[in-house]
Amino acid sequence: MTEPVKEGGRAWLFGDEVDTDVLAPGIYMKGSMEEMASHCLETVDPAFAPGVRPGDIVLAGANFGIGSSREQAAQALTILGIKAVVAKSYGGIFYRNALNFGLLAVTSQADITASPEDRLMVDGEVGKVTNLTTGETWGCDPVPPHLLDMIAAGGLVPSLERKLAAQQVK
Amino acid sequence: MPGQTLAEKIIAKAAGQETVTAGEIVTCRVDLAMMHDSGGPRRVAPILERLGAKVWDTDRVVVVTDHYVPAVDAESAHILDTTRKWVAANGVDNFHDMQGICHVVLQENGHLSPGMFVVGGDSHSPSGGAVGCFMFGVGATDMAGVLVTGETWIKVPSTIQILWSGNLSNGVSAKDMMLAACAKMGMGGGDYQVIEYAGETISGLSMQERLTLCNMAAELGAQTGIIAADQKTADYVTAAGGNPGDIEKWQGDADAAYRAVHEFNANTLSPQVAAPHSPANSSGVENHAGQNVHQAYIGACTGAKLEDLKMAARVLKGRKVASNVRLLIAPASTRTTAEAAADGTLATLTAAGAILMPSGCGACAGYGAGVLSENEVCIASTARNFKGRMGPGNSDVYLASPYTVAAAAVAGHIADPREFLNGGGA
Ligand code: SF4
Repeated sequence: MTEPVKEGGRAWLFGDEVDTDVLAPGIYMKGSMEEMASHCLETVDPAFAPGVRPGDIVLAGANFGIGSSREQAAQALTILGIKAVVAKSYGGIFYRNALNFGLLAVTSQADITASPEDRLMVDGEVGKVTNLTTGETWGCDPVPPHLLDMIAAGGLVPSLERKLAAQQVK
Repeated sequence: MPGQTLAEKIIAKAAGQETVTAGEIVTCRVDLAMMHDSGGPRRVAPILERLGAKVWDTDRVVVVTDHYVPAVDAESAHILDTTRKWVAANGVDNFHDMQGICHVVLQENGHLSPGMFVVGGDSHSPSGGAVGCFMFGVGATDMAGVLVTGETWIKVPSTIQILWSGNLSNGVSAKDMMLAACAKMGMGGGDYQVIEYAGETISGLSMQERLTLCNMAAELGAQTGIIAADQKTADYVTAAGGNPGDIEKWQGDADAAYRAVHEFNANTLSPQVAAPHSPANSSGVENHAGQNVHQAYIGACTGAKLEDLKMAARVLKGRKVASNVRLLIAPASTRTTAEAAADGTLATLTAAGAILMPSGCGACAGYGAGVLSENEVCIASTARNFKGRMGPGNSDVYLASPYTVAAAAVAGHIADPREFLNGGGA
């Protein structure tokens, strides 16, 4: 059993309808994932990719990750070190990909308020988002324990790797 | 206890629960996993190798080669070879090599039946909903997870109902219904939820036409499409060698909650044409009449099943393809070709000057034979007309029903197929 996923970091704010082309621009598809990640979200916030620090959190509006099925959109965020996304809703395929790549993506209908440098904390187990800078808290949909385990392991493939290794030890 | 939609009932069964609620995340046992040559073994094998894991249940895996068949170069030959070797090494007996397009082959061979929970490594996996199962498309990482564990997690989608009343007129088909739905609801209208098709028009449709409806749930941006099983479904599944089971069990409750209901009337529906570069860019054929085309393409899981070929034959019977157009027909499966040969459909098509192509995805996604040149225009019975899908970025694809594609082939430009159907059947 791994630690329940709680992520805390600086907030990066985005609006509605941030699509997969903005997250993983098609023109960089042929290059490395690292190069792709360095262009992640640059058309909406050029400061994002160079400025992100491991553990930071994305706070967005409705339909985050809408668009194509490309897994790279979620992967790019994890490469930059983003640990959690809080949004009003998600593109369905992006949501699957995010969790499978170990990104704690939670849904909250609350009007969460944060300024760019505020520190946020996301608790996927109980379903709570806290602005550590202002002390305010909001509810979010909790994530079931076995998916939190998968996220904590770094995603679907690493978590399977861990499970299979554990079986062999037995 | 609130009523459950059909999709919710299937997900609940697969999750081992009494009921599920939209938005809830559950883990489901997978009844069947389908992969094709493009997104299948070549992409999942490296992940399975990294994990040192084996397929959880080879009887529940179906592999189809369709995207790169027949091989046209060393690269496609290698992809097919990789697929065949993986299937042999892993003992997967359900292997349909060059027998047609996966979504059609799956149903023809009785692999699907009502109430099943199925994942497919292809975005048009919603096609499976035609027989009343819940089937959706997943990527390589998800598929690898399924192959190792036999399970996958899902955020229970809500259900949007599309209700059709009335009867389709002569020369109007399921493809026109979907283009009209795309125009009204937009490509995001399905919002990664389930689209359930219902109403008297749907009851009257054949299984192949129902496949076309569910297939294009993908163009509405839905997670999947589904049609509750009826006697037609049961008969079809039985004839295909499957077991339909108890179809009464797989019906939505009368008091189930739908997120939205969209109503359409078939009586007033005219042949539809989607202009480049989106299926949502659809309107009546009259708005596009006279548009010049270089190629007419009848192909894909969406538009080259036996009934699709018959629609084209009704237009082409006793007529010739115009000299400025090439008409390419790639039947959706080898069985389709055999049946069309047996009932005379094929002879009608070739007598009109159609060029017969191998069964496979072909030009649909730009992988196979029949792609376009610079600035060429094609009218196709396929599902998508995104920029550059069938050729260079400056080539154009109009989407239409097999009737309308055949009419364009005869007229030499986009035309109303009803002008060629006076006097009725083939
Ligand atoms: S025919 Fe076209 S839409 Fe159908 S599976 Fe092949 S590429 Fe996809």
